[in-house]
Amino acid sequence: MSFSDTVRDIYKQQLKEIQDAGIFKQERFIHSAQAADIEVEFPTGSSLKKVINMCANNYLGLSCHPDVVKAAHEGLDNRGYGMSSVRFICGTQDIHRELEKKTTEFLGTEDTILFPSCMDANGGVFEAILTEEDVMISDRLVHASIIDGIRLCGAMHDTFKHSNMDHLEKKLQLHADKRLKMVITDGVFSMDGDTAKLDEMVALCEKYNAIIFVDDSHATGFIGKTGRGTHEQCDVVGKIDIITTTFGKALGGASGGCVSGRKELVEMCRQKARPYLFSNTIAPVVVSGVLKVMDILFQSTERRDKLEANANYWRKGLTEAGFILKEGDTPIVPVMLFNAKLSQDISRDLYEEGIYAIGFFFPVVAKGQARIRTQISAGHETHHLDKGLEAFIKIGKKYDILGKTKQEIIDKYGL
Amino acid sequence: MQKVILEYVEEEYLEDDDEELDVDTPLISGGIVDSFSMVSLKRFIENKYNITIPDDKATPEAFDTVTKICVLVKEST
Repeated sequence: MSFSDTVRDIYKQQLKEIQDAGIFKQERFIHSAQAADIEVEFPTGSSLKKVINMCANNYLGLSCHPDVVKAAHEGLDNRGYGMSSVRFICGTQDIHRELEKKTTEFLGTEDTILFPSCMDANGGVFEAILTEEDVMISDRLVHASIIDGIRLCGAMHDTFKHSNMDHLEKKLQLHADKRLKMVITDGVFSMDGDTAKLDEMVALCEKYNAIIFVDDSHATGFIGKTGRGTHEQCDVVGKIDIITTTFGKALGGASGGCVSGRKELVEMCRQKARPYLFSNTIAPVVVSGVLKVMDILFQSTERRDKLEANANYWRKGLTEAGFILKEGDTPIVPVMLFNAKLSQDISRDLYEEGIYAIGFFFPVVAKGQARIRTQISAGHETHHLDKGLEAFIKIGKKYDILGKTKQEIIDKYGL
Repeated sequence: MQKVILEYVEEEYLEDDDEELDVDTPLISGGIVDSFSMVSLKRFIENKYNITIPDDKATPEAFDTVTKICVLVKEST
């Protein structure tokens, strides 16, 4: 047996180290559709508990929308289950191209190519369009999938301090000799819920002749007055050279992602991006569902408007209760607790109160920046938010953190 | 040279004004500079001292402290 006890012990030791470090991840089994109200089995084997979900990326509440489910059923009936092929052999249906065209129209770009996920889009895009003559300059807080994509690319890589435009400008000057310079950022940063200064970044890119890349996974569908994304909010639609985004969050939440932008860059991905070339694309049933999501978004801004109102209500309620929040205007609302154990204790107590919200701490966020990240949805009704606020206030009182400053919380619980 | 490089590292990599560095503070093994961000330090030094540091010499070990970087610069001059 090649998987000997010696080999097994190596992995047992590594897993023990993960557990000892307090970063061992455990899944919680949900026995219902993804929605504001869910039934959860946690810990494993325990009886089901009805809780309000406040940590999903289901921003528009479309994950189990009846019209989307119906469209997916019809897609399953009309186009089958799988493709059993990559795109360029016999894995492309008419609906794949239809979704690419609708996404292009929605984002206000020139063309779009689908990927199995946005992780794959970010994993493949840089290597497909940049060479060793080029440089990638990324915000220091970009998503892990971008970091992986950057690692797979032979171009030089440098970083700038988070959202620091002076620092970015220095980097553009430092790398002025490169053939191509690509500035890389998230549109909305998933851990802090803040928004990239795309207007300023576009201006710098124009000044220094650089390409700009934005991962808008936590924005597409709801940021901006018609939900087109961060580029709409910053009034730079048509000026972003590459947008990557996901269908696995606000846009129905199933799976899939894309690269959208300048047509030559999209075509380069079609010719060279390895996750596109060497894996099946999005399943027809999911494409059918996302097409319906697109129809819903083209027809009305009702859902993103409700999401915005919900997020404002939630942010205002927590602020008035005396919690410290990360500033921002997105549905990602981090409640700052600073101490890792405190974030875990409060998350556990909230769960007991029927609120499902997860604590994040180092290494997911910086040391001393532990928080509970709450995420608001258009699927939340006022009674969900009120129950959430009630629970947060009850637990906040228990730990005596309401109205306290950051320093007072640190003095009480440590970092 | 030590002062110039130390100032650059502080400006480039430190987020918190309270942090302090000296010429022997471990930069890479100490988690202050990640391997991704090392490139700007390399380019800064190359531009500043008009040298080229070969990739095989631009190791995380060679860049781990300001003292070690100064040795590398002198060797590359």
